[in-house]
Amino acid sequence: MDVNILLFKLTLVVYAVATSLYLFSVVVNRPGSDRCGRWSLMVAFFIHTVTLITRFVEAGYTPVTNLHESFSFFAWTLAGTFLLVDRRLRMAVLAATTSTIILVLMLFGSLMPMQVQDLNPVLDSFWLPIHISFSFLGNAVFTVAFVAAIFYLMQERMLKSKKFSALYYRLPSLDTLDMINYRCLTFGFPLMTMGIISGAVWAEMSWGTYWSWDPKETWALITWFIYAALLHGRLTTGWRGRRAAILAIVGFIFVLFTFVGVNMLLPGLHSYTSMAG
Amino acid sequence: MDIIVVGLSHKTAPVSVRETVAFPPEAMQAPLEQMLALSQVSEAIIVSTCNRVELYAVSTNGAAATVQLKQFLADYHQIPLDTLESHLYVIQGEEAIRHVFNVTSSLDSMVIGEPQILGQIKTSYGYAAEHKTAGLILNRFLHKAFSVAKRVRTETNIAGNAVSVSFAAVELARKIFGSIEGKTVLLIGAGEMCELAAKHFVNNGVTRVLVTNRTFSRAEKLAAEFSGQPVLFENFHDHLHQADIVLSSTGATSFVIEADQVQAALKQRKNRPMFYIDIAVPRDIDPRVNNVNNVYLYDVDDLQGVVNANLKERHKEAEQAHEIVEHEIGQFQSWMAGLDVVPTIVALRQQIETLRQAELEKTFANLKHLSGSDRKAIIAMSSALTNKILHPPTKALKQAQKDSDAQQYVDALQVLFDLKIGAPEGKLKAVESD
Repeated sequence: MDVNILLFKLTLVVYAVATSLYLFSVVVNRPGSDRCGRWSLMVAFFIHTVTLITRFVEAGYTPVTNLHESFSFFAWTLAGTFLLVDRRLRMAVLAATTSTIILVLMLFGSLMPMQVQDLNPVLDSFWLPIHISFSFLGNAVFTVAFVAAIFYLMQERMLKSKKFSALYYRLPSLDTLDMINYRCLTFGFPLMTMGIISGAVWAEMSWGTYWSWDPKETWALITWFIYAALLHGRLTTGWRGRRAAILAIVGFIFVLFTFVGVNMLLPGLHSYTSMAG
Repeated sequence: MDIIVVGLSHKTAPVSVRETVAFPPEAMQAPLEQMLALSQVSEAIIVSTCNRVELYAVSTNGAAATVQLKQFLADYHQIPLDTLESHLYVIQGEEAIRHVFNVTSSLDSMVIGEPQILGQIKTSYGYAAEHKTAGLILNRFLHKAFSVAKRVRTETNIAGNAVSVSFAAVELARKIFGSIEGKTVLLIGAGEMCELAAKHFVNNGVTRVLVTNRTFSRAEKLAAEFSGQPVLFENFHDHLHQADIVLSSTGATSFVIEADQVQAALKQRKNRPMFYIDIAVPRDIDPRVNNVNNVYLYDVDDLQGVVNANLKERHKEAEQAHEIVEHEIGQFQSWMAGLDVVPTIVALRQQIETLRQAELEKTFANLKHLSGSDRKAIIAMSSALTNKILHPPTKALKQAQKDSDAQQYVDALQVLFDLKIGAPEGKLKAVESD
């Protein structure tokens, strides 16, 4: 078995440990109880980085060309993004939820064929890492925004209805959650834009046209418009709170569909990563 | 040697009884000294707060001491013991340790987790220390209790959430705004509750206070108090959009703030959230205001509901705290057990006996010519010698235990004779296996 696959499995286990520790710290709700979770997540992220480098060396190309690699890479960008967010905010509930998502991504990744395959010649380009990094980083940032939005809505509901569950005592303030929404938007939107532009440039070079309305492109564009609307609304008319949270959730559903759904349901030029590999 | 607690609290006695046995803080010397003078009591502390009066004592005869303590409490306050008896509780040994740990950790308080009790017990202990009525055991005991209280406070969330209406409002504001530093409060009307809540907000970082009242002079007066800005009642709606937090308690019989006015204010402030607190009865603010996006409206009942939820949360935290207390009880008990002189006496005798046997063996090995009777005489002599040496310290230790200052002798003997008692169990085992 390849070293990178062994490492991938090890990474998966450490993510599982981090997730359990975070969940435990949410349950006990003590100050500082999320420390173990944070350390394991950092360790997991480090091993994951080694895993990706190993796979890069063993495969000879940036490992983002099939579903296994995509899930793994997405999980990696999400972990990295979250660790950056977490440096300032330190919130066990967000951490537990995000690391659960990371774990699920890794589990999906482990269910896909994991062997290194020959690279599709179309993908053999330095644009691959550029295009993919921008797109995936954008997706990762939007995932964090999505998690914050879900908790915003839950907390807003509790504050409006005046019925507080155990979660209430574990959530950060509405303002903090809304701020995460805004920050993620200001980082995620440019990343996503760069992802689309770099894709278009690459398409021009390999397919001879900037834009060919293949399903991935179309759905990415729709997603882009949703986040553009949200950003515009926030900056001009003061959309915030509940409305911003709902749009962040809608946007994320489109992100998910563009990322996974299109590959499974709508064949097109981007179908290098269909289930068949 | 036992710790004894005799007393009554909000759980066993109404305030009408509690006030009759309270000890005024300015005259603690007399009762403390009288309590210590009781024949069965060797150490004394008196705790007297509005919710409890408790006597902490150390005695070698718990039952007799209890009778004396009860009588002392009744006699000192010149009330018949019969009227008091049914409200009193008597707790001894492990239970007494648990009780005092619970009290200092605010687990026995009327409002669990309230912070005053620790200070009150510290003051009570201060009196006892000042008048030298607390000895070795109570000194150690109370210090232990303070450290338990500190652990409970830092390791559980027992004092985490507000249990008063006005502080609950501050906490809700924090949940909405994150920090209330630099926020603006608008006070409508001038009820006492309103003023109290405003004070809480100002103490917690609110920098700007607007005050409005139908009587402008009252608005001016209150505004001066918070170094805020008075606003004419007739046009306070023009200032509504400046306020992040609106506190209302007027005597008006109809709504002072309607939903569409709030909607307009929100538009002006670009949807930045607003927190309305309606302390008036009948209410000042249209309940439909709560339906406006980014606006949160709480009336008195809502705030009370928050307080009740927080209290429930505290009770959950208390379970965690009880675990800490149990652990600490074990620790304190093992220290108490170390105070017992018997193990030291046994260890000392064993030590000397071992030396005697070893020296006899050595001597007999060199003096092989001795007859049986000679050997017997030497053995008898060595035995008599060690017994005579050991007699005074044994007697002194037993006396010291009665005076409950044995610890210093125990410590000294352990060092001087290199005794292994009182060491943690693990260490003791290691020594045995050597």
